[in-house]
Amino acid sequence: MKYLDEYRDPELAKKLIASIKATSRREVRLTEVCGTHTVAIFRSGIRGMLPENISLLSGPGCPVCVTPNEDIDTAIAIARQEDTILATFGDMIKVPGSRSSLEIERAEGADIRVVYSSLDALEIARQNPRKKVMLFGIGFETTSPTIASAVLSAESENMDNFFVLVSHKLIPPAMKALLDAEDVRIDGFLCPGHVSAIIGSRPYEFIPEDYGVPCVIVGFEPLDILHSILMAIRQLESGNARVEIGYRRAVRPEGNITALKILEQVFEICDAPWRGLGLIPRSGLRFRKEYGRFDARSAFGVDVSASSEPEGCLCGEILRGAKMPPDCQFYGEACTPDNPIGPCMVSSEGTCAAYFRYGGFV
Amino acid sequence: MRGDRVLLSHGSGSKASHELVAELFLPAFSNPYLDQLNDQAVLEADGLRLAYTTDSYVVDPIFFPGGDIGKLAVCGTVNDLAMSGATPLYLSAGFIIEEGFPIDKLRTVIGSMKQAAEEANVKIVAGDTKVVGKGNADELFINTSGIGIISKDIDISGSGAKAGDKVIISGSIGDHGIAVLSRREGLEFDVPIVSDCAPLNALVADMLSVTRNIHCLRDPTRGGLATILNELASQSNAGILIEETKIPVKDAIKGACELLGYDPLYVANEGKLVAIVPAEDASQVLAKMRENKYGRDAEIIGEVIAEPRRVLLKTAIGGTRIVDMLAGELLPRIC
Amino acid sequence: MCLAVPGKIVSIEDSLAEVDLAGTIRKTSLLLVPDARIGNYVLIHAGFAIQVLDEDYALETLKLLEAVDEVSG
Repeated sequence: MKYLDEYRDPELAKKLIASIKATSRREVRLTEVCGTHTVAIFRSGIRGMLPENISLLSGPGCPVCVTPNEDIDTAIAIARQEDTILATFGDMIKVPGSRSSLEIERAEGADIRVVYSSLDALEIARQNPRKKVMLFGIGFETTSPTIASAVLSAESENMDNFFVLVSHKLIPPAMKALLDAEDVRIDGFLCPGHVSAIIGSRPYEFIPEDYGVPCVIVGFEPLDILHSILMAIRQLESGNARVEIGYRRAVRPEGNITALKILEQVFEICDAPWRGLGLIPRSGLRFRKEYGRFDARSAFGVDVSASSEPEGCLCGEILRGAKMPPDCQFYGEACTPDNPIGPCMVSSEGTCAAYFRYGGFV
Repeated sequence: MRGDRVLLSHGSGSKASHELVAELFLPAFSNPYLDQLNDQAVLEADGLRLAYTTDSYVVDPIFFPGGDIGKLAVCGTVNDLAMSGATPLYLSAGFIIEEGFPIDKLRTVIGSMKQAAEEANVKIVAGDTKVVGKGNADELFINTSGIGIISKDIDISGSGAKAGDKVIISGSIGDHGIAVLSRREGLEFDVPIVSDCAPLNALVADMLSVTRNIHCLRDPTRGGLATILNELASQSNAGILIEETKIPVKDAIKGACELLGYDPLYVANEGKLVAIVPAEDASQVLAKMRENKYGRDAEIIGEVIAEPRRVLLKTAIGGTRIVDMLAGELLPRIC
Repeated sequence: MCLAVPGKIVSIEDSLAEVDLAGTIRKTSLLLVPDARIGNYVLIHAGFAIQVLDEDYALETLKLLEAVDEVSG
């Protein structure tokens, strides 16, 4: 498979690992912002191959993990209504809200459908003109432009039965929040490659400039990851922190201008609550007034009572990299992928799920 | 087990399915035969060893590239019997049909069953038909039960794997699951992907002609290769180490899985088997399998180890990681 | 948090393309990459192409990887 197989070459992987070992002389703590990186690093076996002085901390880049309880509760409340179809990406189906989950609601009779694309949700709306179709809009800057594009299509077709529950978030403000929290020492960031394909490299520049912390934009194949770890270590050894694009074949410094324009046309930035991290200023998206008629929150007017987080769950600290999954009292016993308590375990790329699934042996 | 409702994941061959069986069915029905939790029960009657199994087929869509629910219903049960080393002999077939289901389609399904039964050399000797009101069944459900005889010198079960044994897969994985999914997810292929649905009893007979000493046989249906390797490791109290680069996966299946965020290790197969055989017999068994049309692409993919008692994968870049059982349903993901 | 995979555009109709990944073909929206052409490789995420892959940079990366010195880094 072109653009995939070349970046999985075992001989080059060995060379890169040897080079990482030769180059890194000190304790290094790198934050993997993106949940997909956490999983890729486990699945490829890289985790067990790195030298001990390199620690990889997990980050908040797991949309399922950081979607607040209230949003799930709102989605459930909407799904329970008559003549309503809830469309959701598969990732969200098992996530526990305060009292239930979409999977359980579906078993209880709600019309909840898993879609792979916002285009599928549009099609469901076209085929069910007498029903209200709500798309649960999760994800970061990789996904939100695809939702914005679907909204524009709905607008041009004069659709009146398509809505979005917007729960999109932005990555750079969350990275700033991690740095400002100061309770976790971060030596470098492995930045999410596909978010960066949309936003480019400029939004990260404040990190080396204001905090002196190196940033490397990383792809998802094993060689991309190893090469980018090497690049981060080289920056640290040279004392010259900057934003480097490791994933050059997909990321341009200016990002995807069309996608950014579409995003800006439909959404505006707002403060947003992150499950486990609290309120982060200017880190979320909401509909602009001109597109307010697509907003599920106003269209459905559901009122969810205050949401509760499970007590004792350490997802918050784990999402910041301050704690590791085994530090949590529930990890592996009361809380497993089949019976998750918190979002870090239920998401396929939540840190706890990744550790549980792949890490026990390493 | 969580909650008070049955969920889709309880039927997917996953951990949830195993829990449902372990917590509800097993305690109620427990007996030495059932407790072994093999795909088939091995029974003694008058000095004869019989294999007996049942399976229900609810696949959606009922017609898919490479087969239909009827072919599946015959092959699936024939294969469950064959996995105990039995010679499958007789099947029963029960039909639950939704009111309004076109007779032409029923005729096609029945024709597929006839063809499959002929290839597998089994007779359908008993049957039942029920019709339910519109909306009370998804077009057509089929249950088949089967019975076969196990020769005295054969002892194949999930608990027979020994450290040092080799693990063989009879061909490429993921074909059936992706073929079925392709209709639902709007995937097309430049070389059409068809289900691998096939009766494997002749392949098993060939393998047994090389050696009677096959330790385990299992077909990786729902839950995929990863799930049944976990079952075998657990039943045998051993570990299994497989190598990513040795597992045969067709390119188009790799592509489809990448697109949807699936792992081929968890995708269902309906015409493949995993055999665990002593190391000294492995290459002979492999050679014999490759002579059979359903074993052409057979490969040795790993071996049984004493410790740790998990299923481990040596990755393409040389690392090692755990392979777990399927946790819930296989779902398309964006993350 | 973002599964995106590379596929080759084999046909385009309006802003919908057929994209081929190792023999699997899926309809993908090009609304986010209006300049994409047949023969381009694109990154596909949630039914949309989100960026056109740059062949030159891809080759450059591979060259860099091959040039990595194991001993001195």
